[in-house]
Amino acid sequence: MKADPAKWRGPRRRTWLLMARYAAAIALTILFLFPVYWLFMIAFKTPDEIFHSPPVWYPAQIQFANFAVLFKDRDAVTVGNSLFIAACSTLISMFLGTLCAYSLARFKTGGENLAVWIISQRMIPPIAVVFPLFLLYVWFGWVDTYFGMILLYTAFNLPYVIWMMRGYIEDVPIDLEQSALVDGCTRWQVLLRVVFPMVRTGLFATAVFSFVFAWNDFIFALVMTRSAVTTYPVQVTHYFGAQSNFWAKIAAMSMLGTLPVLLAVAALQKYLVRGISLGAVKG
Amino acid sequence: MTVGVTASGPSLGFRLSEFSDRRFKYLVIAPAILIILLIGLFPLIYTLLVSVQNISMTEEDTSFHGAIQYLALLRDSRLWLALLHTLIIAAVALPAELILGMLMALLFLERLPGRQIFVALLVLPIMIAPVVAGATWRLLFDNRYGPINEIIGWFAGEPVTILWTINTHFVYPAILIAEIWQWTPFMFLLQLAAFMNIDQSLTESAQIDGASYWMIFRRIMLPAIWPVVAIAVLIRGLDLFRLFDVVWALTEGGPGTMTETISIYTYDQGFRQFDTSYTGAIAFLVIVLLSLVVVAALRRMEIDR
Repeated sequence: MKADPAKWRGPRRRTWLLMARYAAAIALTILFLFPVYWLFMIAFKTPDEIFHSPPVWYPAQIQFANFAVLFKDRDAVTVGNSLFIAACSTLISMFLGTLCAYSLARFKTGGENLAVWIISQRMIPPIAVVFPLFLLYVWFGWVDTYFGMILLYTAFNLPYVIWMMRGYIEDVPIDLEQSALVDGCTRWQVLLRVVFPMVRTGLFATAVFSFVFAWNDFIFALVMTRSAVTTYPVQVTHYFGAQSNFWAKIAAMSMLGTLPVLLAVAALQKYLVRGISLGAVKG
Repeated sequence: MTVGVTASGPSLGFRLSEFSDRRFKYLVIAPAILIILLIGLFPLIYTLLVSVQNISMTEEDTSFHGAIQYLALLRDSRLWLALLHTLIIAAVALPAELILGMLMALLFLERLPGRQIFVALLVLPIMIAPVVAGATWRLLFDNRYGPINEIIGWFAGEPVTILWTINTHFVYPAILIAEIWQWTPFMFLLQLAAFMNIDQSLTESAQIDGASYWMIFRRIMLPAIWPVVAIAVLIRGLDLFRLFDVVWALTEGGPGTMTETISIYTYDQGFRQFDTSYTGAIAFLVIVLLSLVVVAALRRMEIDR
């Protein structure tokens, strides 16, 4: 049980303290969620409500016209592009990355140096590599193609996947694998029947984070897409005109792109800490 | 958990597989390493190559020009200002996120019914695409239809029409508010996890010995979470160094070049001025600077593990 500093100062003071902490917690939650609330509300407002001064705090009625426009103008296709690119790159980077991580974890291939080099690739600013990559992509004709985008995000998620999966695999007791080997399994069989089942929650969590990174990326998509495979974050910025902003479209498109991610995160609260701290904190 | 392993083959298999492991371990890392090299190492070499040539929108001179681009870097005040802007934003945002996150973690550390729900809601901003977060704040900061000016107006007692993303006094606060809003939850979550990992018997025995809350915090809790704080600061520091999305959505580096970060400046040189060689020189400078910091920091992280 947690030691309460107020324990010896009477129950009354304790109740008061709890109430104060509740008030602070609620105030903070409102503060941090208000921007999200506002974005989502604009998505449901009519133009009159959006461009009203003083601002309207909630729409008179929930209507989906702003979303309907996105589908009618085929802007919603960009969410589909994001989905396809993020899903494919996640699958490929999970497959290749987990194999690589197994080699690093079990055979210490390349030692610590290789592992550190791999994760350092993740930390290099995208802007420093995106320009030469753009020239390479122009040369190969990969600009504005699904293949180009998938390759790009695969490469950028690989260091993360390898680093995370290396940590998860190191947590698996080596005895299990050894006894499977003694029983005559090949390495591939050991991977498939022993390692993967043991790390499946880690696999799942890492895959979701890789997906989110690809899904949320802006700078690579801004540079490497024109119109054929535009992803949704780039589409959102297209609505910022010099004269007027298409507020309804910004909000509706942002909400379309944000909701899936919020649901994904809700599903893996438990792995959030380890996922965002690059495995440094096993919370 | 039951693991279905079929026992087949001779026991000699163990030695046989050990023999084939040598091939296996390189076979499985090869594809991943090749892709990382293509996207990671190629740009480095290519950048270095073009940076000693003289290619721009009007020139196509691929002969060796030595260090002219790098000398130009030294004289480029816009570059150093962009670097300065980036460092200013980082210098304010990083401590603010760290301290706010720590205070929030302390608030939620002790028993609070419904804590899990609060935490789940508070961490939502982390997962929103940064460019969407920037767009959201642009709507919030709008001078006529945004709620921020309206709320400030309640306190001021008169309508205010601050042009947050245009007025030179308010662009930095606007960027910082958006940035701190999105990433304080990151610091909060990591520090909360670190606080909760502290061995309770330590704080309890200190309490019985009559130590004050402040003493326990300073002497036991703070040192215990220090490694986590170091990693969190490293991750956020690197993120802030490459800051692009939020600023792009809010101001595009404006007004003028007032909020241009190093990433936005590099983008401008590469994709608007098409100054290939010069962009190469900037990119190479950034890669070298960052690589040194990253490798040094990661080695320490590895050792601490």
